[in-house]
Amino acid sequence: MTTLTIDGQQQSFTPGETIYEIAERAHADIPTLCYDPRLKAFGACRLCVVEVEGVRNPVASCTAKATDGMVVRTATPTIDKHRKTLLELVASENREVDVDPLRGYASQELAMLVDRYDARTGRFRGKASGKSQETDQNPFILRDYDLCISCYRCVRVCAEQEGDHAISVRNRGFETQITVEFDGDLKSGTCTFCGQCVQTCPTGALADRKAIRATELPGPIEKARTVCPYCGVGCSVDLQAKGGKLVGVLPAMDGPANEGALCIKGQFAFDFVQHPDRLASPLVRREDGELHPASWDEALDRAAGGFMKARDMHGRHSVYAVASGRAPHEAAYAVQKFIRVGFMTNQVDNCSRA
Amino acid sequence: MSNPLADMEKPQTIFCIGTNMTECHPVAATRLKKAVANGARMIVADPRRIGLCDHADLYLPIRVGSDVALLLGMAHVIARDGLVNEAFVRERTTQVEEFFEHIKGFPPEWAAEITGVPAADIEKAARWYGEVERGAIYYTLGITEHICGVDNVQSLCNLALMTGHIGREGTGINPMRGQNNIQGAGDCGALPNNFPGFQSVIDPAVQAKFEKLWGVKVDLEKGCTKVAALDRCGDEIKAMLICGENTVVSDPNLAHCRKALERLDHLVVADIFLTETAAMADVVLPATSWGETDGVNTNTERRVQRLRAAVPPVGEAKPDWWLLSELAKRCGLRGFEWQSAKDVFNELCEVSPLYHGLDWDRIDTGEYHWPCPDKDHPGEPRLHSEGFINGRGVFKLLDYRDPAETVSDEFPVWLTTGRRLPAYHTHTQTGRSAGIDYLLSEETLEVHPDDVADWGLSDGEWCTMSSARGSIRIKVQANSCSPRGTVFASFSFADTPVNILTGGGYDPATDTAELKVCPVRIEASFRA
Repeated sequence: MTTLTIDGQQQSFTPGETIYEIAERAHADIPTLCYDPRLKAFGACRLCVVEVEGVRNPVASCTAKATDGMVVRTATPTIDKHRKTLLELVASENREVDVDPLRGYASQELAMLVDRYDARTGRFRGKASGKSQETDQNPFILRDYDLCISCYRCVRVCAEQEGDHAISVRNRGFETQITVEFDGDLKSGTCTFCGQCVQTCPTGALADRKAIRATELPGPIEKARTVCPYCGVGCSVDLQAKGGKLVGVLPAMDGPANEGALCIKGQFAFDFVQHPDRLASPLVRREDGELHPASWDEALDRAAGGFMKARDMHGRHSVYAVASGRAPHEAAYAVQKFIRVGFMTNQVDNCSRA
Repeated sequence: MSNPLADMEKPQTIFCIGTNMTECHPVAATRLKKAVANGARMIVADPRRIGLCDHADLYLPIRVGSDVALLLGMAHVIARDGLVNEAFVRERTTQVEEFFEHIKGFPPEWAAEITGVPAADIEKAARWYGEVERGAIYYTLGITEHICGVDNVQSLCNLALMTGHIGREGTGINPMRGQNNIQGAGDCGALPNNFPGFQSVIDPAVQAKFEKLWGVKVDLEKGCTKVAALDRCGDEIKAMLICGENTVVSDPNLAHCRKALERLDHLVVADIFLTETAAMADVVLPATSWGETDGVNTNTERRVQRLRAAVPPVGEAKPDWWLLSELAKRCGLRGFEWQSAKDVFNELCEVSPLYHGLDWDRIDTGEYHWPCPDKDHPGEPRLHSEGFINGRGVFKLLDYRDPAETVSDEFPVWLTTGRRLPAYHTHTQTGRSAGIDYLLSEETLEVHPDDVADWGLSDGEWCTMSSARGSIRIKVQANSCSPRGTVFASFSFADTPVNILTGGGYDPATDTAELKVCPVRIEASFRA
C-alpha cells in the first residue's frame, strides 16, 4: 500500500493521485484560486504550495503527484507567509475584492482567502491587469475583467467541460486579457451562454447579469435545492431567492445528474416563474363568452360539474384527461387516479406522443 | 435510459442517432464531448449537420425517415463481418436464426440507396460499433417521432442484442427523455394502458389489486391515446382536462387539434399561464410553478429526485395535486384526502412496484434509480445486467417502410422539425425569461444556401410553406446545417405555427406522430 504523511498523519493513496487530492480527503484545507475539481489541475495561482521534505522549493500540490513515503506539510509559517504575499499581490491588481455573492457560485473565493490570510494590507500598489468588456451587452454574462486574476478557470471550463472553446486569452503578464475570438462579443463566437464560466470565476469578474439585478433588494439570499424544469437530464440547481423573489440559479456541484454543469435554459431561464403573465386566479367562461376571474370554489364547482354532467349524459368514457410531462409526479398520479376512480375508465394519457 | 448518465463518459464507441443533444440535452452532451476528448469514437446519424457532428469521427447524413434502412444495413455488416457477440446471443436472446437469416437481405449497398449514406460509411459505423467491448446508443425523438418509431427503436435493440452492448457499464440503449418529468408522468400511470408502475390495466390481477387499494371498481379496458382522443372529441369524448400542455401549439395538425377542442362540451385547463390552449377552456385553474412547488421528478436515467419550493406561489395558484383532490371531492370521490405532496408521493410508492422501496424521505438526495422494489434495494442505475424482464431479448424482424407522406411534385421538399437551444417547446417559459430573445427572437426556416438560390428565395425574407394540411409564412434562413432538399424549423413560436403543417401519419403501435417528416412546398412571399 502506498502512503504519505500529511501534517503528521499517515494517508494511504492510489498512485496517480495528487498531493492536493489526498490532502483534501484528509480535510487539510489548502487554499486555491485556479483550482476547480472538475477540471485538469493548472498550477497557476501557486496558493496551494506545500512543503515537501527533501524538496528545496515549495511544491504546487494540485499538480504534484504523491509518491510513497512523502512527508508533506500543508501549512507552515513560511508557506503561510508566501500565501499571504501572493494574495496581497493578487488583490492589488483588482478594482475591488468584495463582490456581491449573486455574481456567481465561486465569486467569494478571493475575498474569503484574503480574509483568511489577513491580506488586506494594501502593501502593494499593483498595476491593474484585465480590462472590463463593457461593450458586450449580452443579457446574461457581465465581463468585468477589472476583477480578473488570470486563473483561466473560465477558459478551461469552456474547453474541457463544455467542449465549446469559446473563451481564449491574449497577451501575457500584466497585459493578459481573457477574450473571445476576434475580441468580439460572446454572441459572435461559439458561446452557448451556459454560464459555467460565471460560476467557476473566483473573483466575480464574470458575473450573472440576471442575478445581480437583485443586488439592491433587501434581505438575505435564501437557497432551495431543486431540479431544473426543462429537459429530462434532471440537473440539480440551487434556487436563490430574496424576500420571496426568485433572483437566480446556481448549479449544484454535487448534483448527481449534472455534477455542476448547466445549460442556458437551466442557468438563465428562471424568471418566467414570477412573470406578470402568471395566472393569479381561476378563470371561468361566462355568458358573454369571455374568461373572467373567479373564486376557487366557483371554478372547481364548474369544472367538476362539467365532468359529472358529461359522465351522466354520455357515459364514463366521455371524460378524458391529459397529464403533463412538465408537472411533478404528484400531478400525474392525481390526474390518473381522478379519472380511474372517478369515472371508471382509463381515458388518460400524458403529452409524450406529440 | 438503460444506463446512467455517468456511463456516457465510458463507451469506446458512441452511436448517436436522431438526437440533437447539444441543443436539446446540452448537459448530457458535455459528457459525450468529454468521452470523445478521452479517446472514444463517436458516430452521429442525423439528416442535419447538427452540433454533435463537430465532435464526431463519422457523420452519417441519412435522409429523413430512413433510419430502419441504415440500421438493417449495419446489422447486416455486423453479422457478415463476424462481429456478433456469440455468447451473449446464445445465452440472452431468442429468434436468433430467423433474425440472422432475415438481415442477409439488407446489404449496405441497399441501405445506401435508401438512406443516401455511402455504403462504406455504413460499414465503418457497423464495424466501429460492433468491434468494441463497450458501445452505446443514444437517441431522442428523431427515432421515435415517425410512423415507424417502434421499428426504429427495435432496430437499435437488435444492434445492441447482436453485440451484447447492454447491461454493462458504458453500453446500453439510451433514449434521452425530452421533458423534465415525461418519464415520471408515465411512471405514475398517466397512460391509457397502464396503472402506476407500468402495471397493465387489462391484467385482472392488477385490476383486483387497484380495486382493493382504491376501494372502487376500475376498468379492465384500455383507454385511448391522446391522439385518438382528439379524433373523438365531440363524438365519444365530451369533456377534457388538460394539465400543463399547450396542445394547440405543440401537437401536429393544429387546425384539426383546435377544432377537436372546440367540439368539446367542457374543457378544463390547469396551467401557469393563459396559454393558447388555456384560452380555449371553460375553466382555467392556476397551478403553482416550478420554483413554487414541492414534489418529485424522474429524469431520463430513471433517477427519482425531489423538487423544492423556493418562493411562495403567485396569487392564488395551487399545486396540481391539490386542485385534483378538490375536483375529486366535488365529484363525491374518496381517497383524495392528501395534505401534502409527500402524502401523494408516498401513496404512489405504495401502489407501484418500481417505487415500492422508495418514499419521500428516502429520495432526499436523489441517489435512487428505479426499479427499487423494497427498502433494502439499492435501485438500478443499469438495467438488464442479469436478464431481461421477459426472459430473453427478442430479435425483431423488421423491414424498411416509407414515411406516411413522401416528397412529390406538389410537395417536393422534406420538412423536419425540432428544437433550438435557447427555446423550450412552445416557449411559454423561455419566452417569458428575460434575455432569451437576445439569442432567439423569432422562428426561421433553415434552408440550404444553394436551395435558397435555386428556389428563388432570399435569406432573411419571407416564404410560404405548405403541406397537405395547410400553409404558414416563415422567414428564410440560409444555413448549410440542413442538406439540399430538406428544411428545418422548430415549433417554439406560436406566431409561426409549424405544426399546422405536420401530422401526416402516426406510429400504429404508439400513436406517436410523424413530426420528423413532412413533405412541403416552399414559395417566396412578401409581407403584405
